[in-house]
Amino acid sequence: MTTTGFLLSRGRSLASSVDLNGPGHYLHWGFIQLSVANLVVIGLMVVVFVAALLLPFPGGRR
Amino acid sequence: MRRKAVAALPPDKLLPHAQPAYMASWIYVFGVLTVASLLVVLATGGVLALKGPTWWHVSGTGKYVNSLHLWSVELLMFFMVVHLWAKFFMAAWRGRRALTWVTGVVCFLTAIGTAFSGYLVQQNFDSQWIAGQAKDGLNSVGIGAFFNVMDFGQMLMWHIVLLPFVLGLLTAWHILLVRWRGIVPPIDATDPADAGTASSAPSPAGRP
Repeated sequence: MTTTGFLLSRGRSLASSVDLNGPGHYLHWGFIQLSVANLVVIGLMVVVFVAALLLPFPGGRR
Repeated sequence: MRRKAVAALPPDKLLPHAQPAYMASWIYVFGVLTVASLLVVLATGGVLALKGPTWWHVSGTGKYVNSLHLWSVELLMFFMVVHLWAKFFMAAWRGRRALTWVTGVVCFLTAIGTAFSGYLVQQNFDSQWIAGQAKDGLNSVGIGAFFNVMDFGQMLMWHIVLLPFVLGLLTAWHILLVRWRGIVPPIDATDPADAGTASSAPSPAGRP
């Protein structure tokens, strides 16, 4: 298999894991409406923020 | 004017070769990640403006650069929000840094407006939907009297001229203020600026 063919097949398998053809999924909580995609991004930001506080910085302990 | 500028920002302070030891933490990298993302946004936006919509909608390379523009904006907003949280919990306005904080907040608001006007000029059904929804929201609070989100030409000019120009100026001002006042220290640490030494004076990062 060529490199391009390999990348295309990998891309297709990745794309098939998340079907983006269709309306988005939304969460409703009273008057608050939030898309699942935005909730995932907010969760990622919190994870990165906490990781930045906890993970040691290279050379920081020398 | 030159003497004043050099006195406020001597080369050692403008481009320091070492930073205080407390900066050896991942939480301090999000400001520069935000600036790096902004540079990619501006560069890809410049290429899109040069080539035009018949290029970015049709050709493979055009679609690729268009996607780079979108995803660098996503990263810009991601990094900027983490940077904002970090600076909020550090109370980064301490030590005469109020203007640094305020310019950062205005940068954030301007970036939201720039990204919003970008979504309005995608030339697809998504942009029509966003414009239709935003028009009602903005009119309900009286902002719609100043600009019309359903006017494509007006929004395109806001997106590629006015807002990037304002955002670029504010970012440059913000960075110069950071260099002038120095990086804010942790709450329990001694501020090098208050100790009467330049921000580059303490020991290099990782060598306390």
